[in-house]
Amino acid sequence: MTATAPRPTATPERPEALPLRGRVVRTRRISTRVDVRSALVCIVLAVAIVGVGSWSIMVGDFPIAIGDVWRTIIGRGTDDSEFIVGTLRLPRVLTGILVGAALGMSGAVFQSLARNPLGSPDIVGFDSGAALGAVTMIVVVGGSSWEVAIGAVLGGIVTAILVYIFAYKQGLSAARLVLVGIGIGFATAAAVDYMITRADITDVQRAAVWLTGSLNGRGWEHVRTVGFALVVLAPLVIVAQRRLDRLELGDDTASALGVRVNSTKLMLVLVAVGLAALSVAAAGPIGFVAFVSGPIARRLTRSPGAAVVPAAFVGALVVVSADLVARRVLAPTELPVGVATAVMGAPYLIWLLTRSARAGSL
Amino acid sequence: MTVAEVDPAVQDDDREVEELERVGAGSLAKRVLGVAVLGAALFSVSLASLAVGAKPIPLGSVIDAFLAYDPTDTDHLIVRELRLPRTIIGLIVGAALAVSGAVMQAVTRNPLAGPGLLGVNAGASFAVVLALWAFDINTTLGLVWFAFIGAGITSVVVYALGSIGRGGATPVRLALAGAALSALLFSLTRAVTLLDRATLDQFRFWAVGSLAGRDADIAGQLAPFIIVGLVVAVALSRPLNSLALGDDAARGLGVRVGLTRVVSGLAIVLLCGASVAAAGPIGFVGLVIPHAVRVWFGPDQRWLVVACGLAGPTLLLFCDVIGRIIARPGEVQVGIMTAAIGGPAFVILVRRLRVIRL
Repeated sequence: MTATAPRPTATPERPEALPLRGRVVRTRRISTRVDVRSALVCIVLAVAIVGVGSWSIMVGDFPIAIGDVWRTIIGRGTDDSEFIVGTLRLPRVLTGILVGAALGMSGAVFQSLARNPLGSPDIVGFDSGAALGAVTMIVVVGGSSWEVAIGAVLGGIVTAILVYIFAYKQGLSAARLVLVGIGIGFATAAAVDYMITRADITDVQRAAVWLTGSLNGRGWEHVRTVGFALVVLAPLVIVAQRRLDRLELGDDTASALGVRVNSTKLMLVLVAVGLAALSVAAAGPIGFVAFVSGPIARRLTRSPGAAVVPAAFVGALVVVSADLVARRVLAPTELPVGVATAVMGAPYLIWLLTRSARAGSL
Repeated sequence: MTVAEVDPAVQDDDREVEELERVGAGSLAKRVLGVAVLGAALFSVSLASLAVGAKPIPLGSVIDAFLAYDPTDTDHLIVRELRLPRTIIGLIVGAALAVSGAVMQAVTRNPLAGPGLLGVNAGASFAVVLALWAFDINTTLGLVWFAFIGAGITSVVVYALGSIGRGGATPVRLALAGAALSALLFSLTRAVTLLDRATLDQFRFWAVGSLAGRDADIAGQLAPFIIVGLVVAVALSRPLNSLALGDDAARGLGVRVGLTRVVSGLAIVLLCGASVAAAGPIGFVGLVIPHAVRVWFGPDQRWLVVACGLAGPTLLLFCDVIGRIIARPGEVQVGIMTAAIGGPAFVILVRRLRVIRL
């Protein structure tokens, strides 16, 4: 009993989780095990994402019919709809989807590595470091939005590296990583608070919007940034999924099963930080997505391990729906998306919690 | 306590076991020494908190202010009317935060659990924002009750949400429900502050946590809650020690698990609700002091509660004093100072010493 949550793999209430799940798919060269339930969940989520995304493109000050949306996307729209869909709303929706997927995946990896459902990119101090970088840029330098994004990524990565260095001592224990992350996270948060209480209220407001996470005015360059991150980093996570599951059994068991514990952990931390970094650069630290996606995905797929890919779909759906709500709920005032992510995600997680059949399972 | 530590150092595990045994059984002297040192430190920072400030007052006058009070002496007035209430609030808030953190971590068996996890800080913040925005209340005393009621309602809701469904309130469910509801309330808080600039301007100062400008009324009104909470927390230490072995083992030892969780929740609400009402949301003390104290005192909840009750206020008052010195004649809020000083110190502690896990 470490300080971690009960592991589903060890809970006697879940005998059905013990045999290997899913079906084996074989081709001439490769064979792989496909989890049917996870695949179905992903398909349903993908349909929902496309649905909510199209809806989000339709509504706004200038409503566009669903037919026109699709005609425009395949390149046969009018000039008006071309501008509104192609330049304004489609990149915003796509940025939302990609950011959500990156955050969901990153959160699922951290929760699994820390063996704690409260794990998040903040465990390695990433979010608080990014906030420090961005708020410094806004309050001290008064920088442009690109400078703020660069400040955020630099701040986040430097903080994450510091946490990693301080936590490394004859290997990397999850407990020490978590605690060092808490300590450094508080120190950077204090610096942010100091600036917020000393700064001019206009800067404070700008900082508050950034700290909430917003998709306002996001264009194709943001889609490319986060898309690039996902294309490069997501396959690494998917490949490492099985090693991640073994790490959940404990470091000793994992190394007995042939996992090189420290290098795998380092790789996964780097990848997860990278995913979080580029999504924060694109949209600010949209709260709650990284936290909520993992548990929801686990419950939906009934997966015994970290449901990394379903978590990405859940994250994308949460962000896209939240952006739709945040834009429309007080229309014409558009709230930042980060205001609504918790409103979208929290009730659902709570509902899942109340009806989850297995007591104590994650 | 698993000893599944890091991979390349199996011998490390043995050392850890030895360390645990050393900390665990035959170290009464070590623990008594720890309590004595913490007590002395607390006494010194309390004196410093009375003496240090925008106008430094010599220790002799501070003592005279109590033994030979002269209402015409400005120094005596400052000590009795301004710094004494502030110091008392620092004492009770520090103790309340640290002890409630220890209880929270024990009851959820989660090292990331702090007093805020039960939704206390989020509920209090939301209530304060509502008070500032909708009711135009901005006196400290007016906000106190909003914060307290917000904290209370939220934690009851978190507990209820964590308990619905089969199996009752398990640690994981409590933690997830608390984090989810906190996030929900924080985002509503954020929505209000983003829509109304004046509210943001006032809220940013409340939200960092401060001991400045609190008078004796606040201390008097909130102290009873905190004292009851501390007594309950001490009474809980035995059942919580058993609960650390897991629900089933605890039941086998005769602990009523559900009752223990409910009473713990009650203690946490009293302690954190009153402290967030008095000083705003100070996150660091409740989360980190129990970890820091565990390094020296081991995982025994009985010693932990006592040591947290001393270490929490020591850190809070120490940081408050430093905050008054470094930005003279202004001051840096204690919520900022605790995290700025405590964060790095905690990292050094975690690195140098063995982390005693829950």
